[in-house]
Amino acid sequence: MWNWFFKLASPPHFYALAGRLSYWLLVPAVVLLAIGAWGGLVLAPPDYQQGDAFRIIYVHVPSAYLSMMIYVTMATAGAIGLIWRIKLAHAVAASCAPIGASFTFAALVTGAVWGKPMWGTYWEWDPRLTAELILLFLYFGYMGLRGAFENLTQADRASAMLAIAGVVNVPIIHFSVIWWASLHQGPTLSKLEAPSISGDMLWPLLTMILAFTLFFLGILAMRVRAEVLEREVQSRWAEDVLRGASPAGVNS
Amino acid sequence: MTPRRQRMLVVGLVLAGVAGAVGLSLRAFQENLLFFYTPSQALAGEAPAGKKFRLGGMVEKGSVRREPGALEVRFDVADNKDRLTVSYSGVLPDLFRDGQGVIAMGYLEPNGVFRAEEVLAKHDENYMPPEVAKALAEQGHPVQTDAAGPSPN
Repeated sequence: MWNWFFKLASPPHFYALAGRLSYWLLVPAVVLLAIGAWGGLVLAPPDYQQGDAFRIIYVHVPSAYLSMMIYVTMATAGAIGLIWRIKLAHAVAASCAPIGASFTFAALVTGAVWGKPMWGTYWEWDPRLTAELILLFLYFGYMGLRGAFENLTQADRASAMLAIAGVVNVPIIHFSVIWWASLHQGPTLSKLEAPSISGDMLWPLLTMILAFTLFFLGILAMRVRAEVLEREVQSRWAEDVLRGASPAGVNS
Repeated sequence: MTPRRQRMLVVGLVLAGVAGAVGLSLRAFQENLLFFYTPSQALAGEAPAGKKFRLGGMVEKGSVRREPGALEVRFDVADNKDRLTVSYSGVLPDLFRDGQGVIAMGYLEPNGVFRAEEVLAKHDENYMPPEVAKALAEQGHPVQTDAAGPSPN
């Protein structure tokens, strides 16, 4: 079992595996995305108060969920890299940041577009909205900090520390609507009681969340692959890959 | 202590330290983090006097009075204890209606009327088709909205 684990963390092996993995993640992601979009935009009935405007949740909720999930993934990978000195973990953390920042941006923009007609404002300094904006700045800070180092090992360690410290913001985003009087409504899905959304609106949402998650994992596999190749560019196997041959020492 | 243990400890301490610091400062700023005050808090004098603040609550059913031929509108905002009359001149958001949770930004005039400069509608976490909402209302179980949010302590 450990043998398998160490093999996975070896860059040439991971490079080959991630290539196949990204394909098997992105194909179902696209299929589910199509099903979820059809279910959410066509089959689901309009909401009793918001009418058709509620359909923004099929993009907004998966984006917001991923913005937080990716941050936790990034911080966990950073901590693993820091404690066990696994370079692949640092490569995963570094690859998470731009994807996470994009989903955070998508969550903020879709929320603003919906907020104008429904709440009456694009932006309000509400606890939930402010905490999500801080998350975007944490991603930017993480990427900026990495870029500020010449030395890769230093960049890995310093940025991992920042990611770990910033993880405190994630529960604040989630619980902000419960802890404080807020303009943003309370949780619909992530609570102990039954979800407060009718079934024919719920299934496309769950499909979209699954599709977005698979999409993230597929893109992550592709990004980590490129990151590993860049880090190992001096090595024998990377040279083989760049010359178009299959990397030596990989029996796939 | 092995170096790995030591690194684990450092990561744990950083996380605990940051969480503690953020937790304490959020506790200290609890007052300033209040996004809005309820009518009973405003009437009890808890809202900043002579300054702008946000008032949150439900639009009292049947209390919306519009000035004919003008944008001027008056309505009562209530929580489960008290109510305040709000006057506002401007365009109201789509979700504004009787029984809806709203947040008004403005100040309390000496005559006890809250003069709003901006009115935002707060929506709830329930999503359902119109037929279901209608059926629920007919059975005498109207949708329980929690639009006034958690009661701040």
